[in-house]
Amino acid sequence: MSPSIMTKGAIDCDIHPSVPNIEALLPYFNDHWRDTISQRGVHDLQTIAYPKNAPLTARPDWRPKLGMPAADANTISTQALDTFQTSIAICNCLYGVQLLMSEDLAAAFASAVNDWMIAELLNKDPRLRASIVIPTQNSEMAVAEIERVASDPRFVSILMLVMDEKPLGRRSYWPIYAAAQRHNMPICVHAGSAYKHPVTSVGWPSYYAEDYASQAPAFHNMVSSFICEGVFSEYPDLKVVLAESGFSWLPAHLWRLTKFWRGLRAEIPWVDRTPTEIARDHIRLTLQPVDAPPTSEQLERLMDHMGSDEMIIFSTDYPHWQFDGVDVIPDGISKELATKIMVENPKNTYPRLQ
Amino acid sequence: MNIQLMDRVATDQKIKLAIADCDIHPAPKSVPVEIYPYLSKRWQDYMETYGIIYRQGFPTGPAFPKGQPNAARRDAYPPGGGKPGSDLDFMRSQHLDANNVQLGILNPLSCGQGVQNQDFSAVYCNAVNHWQIAEWTSKESRLKASLMVPYEDPSASVKEIDLWGGDSNFAQILLLSRTAEPLGQRKYWPIFEAACRANLPVAVHAFGYGGAPVTGGGWPSFYIEEMVGHAENTQSLLTSMVFEGVFERFPTLKLILVEAGFAWLPALSWRLDKLWNRMRAEIPHVTRPPSELIRQHVWLTTQPMEEPEPREHLLDTIEWIGWEKLLFATDYPHWDFDEPSRALPIRVGKEQKEAFFLKNALELYNLN
Repeated sequence: MSPSIMTKGAIDCDIHPSVPNIEALLPYFNDHWRDTISQRGVHDLQTIAYPKNAPLTARPDWRPKLGMPAADANTISTQALDTFQTSIAICNCLYGVQLLMSEDLAAAFASAVNDWMIAELLNKDPRLRASIVIPTQNSEMAVAEIERVASDPRFVSILMLVMDEKPLGRRSYWPIYAAAQRHNMPICVHAGSAYKHPVTSVGWPSYYAEDYASQAPAFHNMVSSFICEGVFSEYPDLKVVLAESGFSWLPAHLWRLTKFWRGLRAEIPWVDRTPTEIARDHIRLTLQPVDAPPTSEQLERLMDHMGSDEMIIFSTDYPHWQFDGVDVIPDGISKELATKIMVENPKNTYPRLQ
Repeated sequence: MNIQLMDRVATDQKIKLAIADCDIHPAPKSVPVEIYPYLSKRWQDYMETYGIIYRQGFPTGPAFPKGQPNAARRDAYPPGGGKPGSDLDFMRSQHLDANNVQLGILNPLSCGQGVQNQDFSAVYCNAVNHWQIAEWTSKESRLKASLMVPYEDPSASVKEIDLWGGDSNFAQILLLSRTAEPLGQRKYWPIFEAACRANLPVAVHAFGYGGAPVTGGGWPSFYIEEMVGHAENTQSLLTSMVFEGVFERFPTLKLILVEAGFAWLPALSWRLDKLWNRMRAEIPHVTRPPSELIRQHVWLTTQPMEEPEPREHLLDTIEWIGWEKLLFATDYPHWDFDEPSRALPIRVGKEQKEAFFLKNALELYNLN
């Protein structure tokens, strides 16, 4: 990529602040939970989705000598925003709240992480925005957390992990989607798992590389789930952002899903148009990681297969190591499309950014 | 390559091209009549008492009710009675003759694989192997059998492979895709080793019950999600085989992915290449890019063929996979049968068309 393809004022839809350690969250718990954490020795909620020292977890030049990457506003501002001349960046905090078995503990952690983000990130750099962390273990509690912080316009979306206890289209999650639509926020479905099930349909893999590879099939499954359950028939204004999902798999998945819809639509009569059309209206995908074909000519063909220039939204996936330098836009994407991806498409995806 | 949409009427009027159908599902007319002769009294009694128990709660039907009874075409019930796919004469007239099938690969489903009782699984697979020869391949030379193995018990599987190795009735070893553990894991390596020794490809057909939910995020509500999910399931098993180093450990292994679609393969290969570059220290036993290993070792059957709008997009995808890697299949007698004359509604070169419909299969199965 030539740096000239970058547009000033890009909106980065997926960056990852780290909670530096569990002590940093203590001011945001009540006495009961603070006591619980200290007396029971509750550990940090880092997860196996991003092993601390794995190469993908932090780019070498974004990895601090000590502690967690991207753990304070100053570091994030310098490394993620100044570097790419970003106007706005959305923080998706991947602290392992969704993995907890206790709904109550999860709700307390979700509130603490959100309050920590307000104090330590949003209040420190006006360019930062965030997705609301919710306890997906219990939809009522999740909605309560959304209602608690949604009046702050710097929360622009609601974060869920692609692999939770149930496929994300299932009706028990719908109160969350009703709240999202009510507050003009998309749902951000991010790579990762609550690890309540094996990450593949054939059990637990041996290697981290497989765990990360398996995120893409999980995104395919969840696109099927959102569409087949009729989420977008019920919530016609809702958009779902797939973050850190890759996007090159999307056309083939929609071809397959649409073919089966033609044969099996009697099972899901509320899906009254092709999954491909529904996806183009409601699904958005972040740019990084680009699981790109080997040549730019192939990428151009693939973008044609996508059938829409409105679906991809800019992301660096900072501090994860997906690319080097400022080589964030792959060869094969035109200047015009790059501008749409970096500015227009994010604005059209997040009503709170308009 | 000359590309244009075919005129459907003109297509139908042409003399039918000879084809290979790499996914035909035969069924016994009656288990007591056709399978029991190959089971001992002990196992006949067991079957009568307990039935076949899978990692799935319903003994008399699938976890997700299918789109059609028996997942079958409505017109595939033999006039003389019995299940679709259970009458050779009717299969001949409705499919083999009518569609000019020169080679048909039999893939028996629900025939002893993935059964919880490992001993029963082994003897049932053995019985089905005898049955395929007695009722099908000995009567119809266009048909080839699949060597059924109780894959969750690799040592019993190896015994079965060694028993039949070299028997030309069998074209491949058959597994189902939803294994109990990712298929590349070392538990399953003896099966791959025996397959290489017997010089037979390993075919993995979508479906089965391995115990894990169909998605990494739990059980979906609908049959359509399970059906579409066979592609994701197959991607996971292929990822496992690549990153576990199976293809490097067994350099002559040939893997056929059956009834899981194919258009997803390029994007998966690109993703695995990228991850391999980033994580090589974790998986040093994988010494070549995943895309190269896949290109060398993996074939895919075509049905259910993806149908993009416009259809020409599929040509890009097939180019990226390689025309030589696809094996035509109809899935007869199932409801989502791909009609041979309409399955590839894009005009392609003669050489590619012949490879796609017949030659790739003849070469892969050494039947030239």
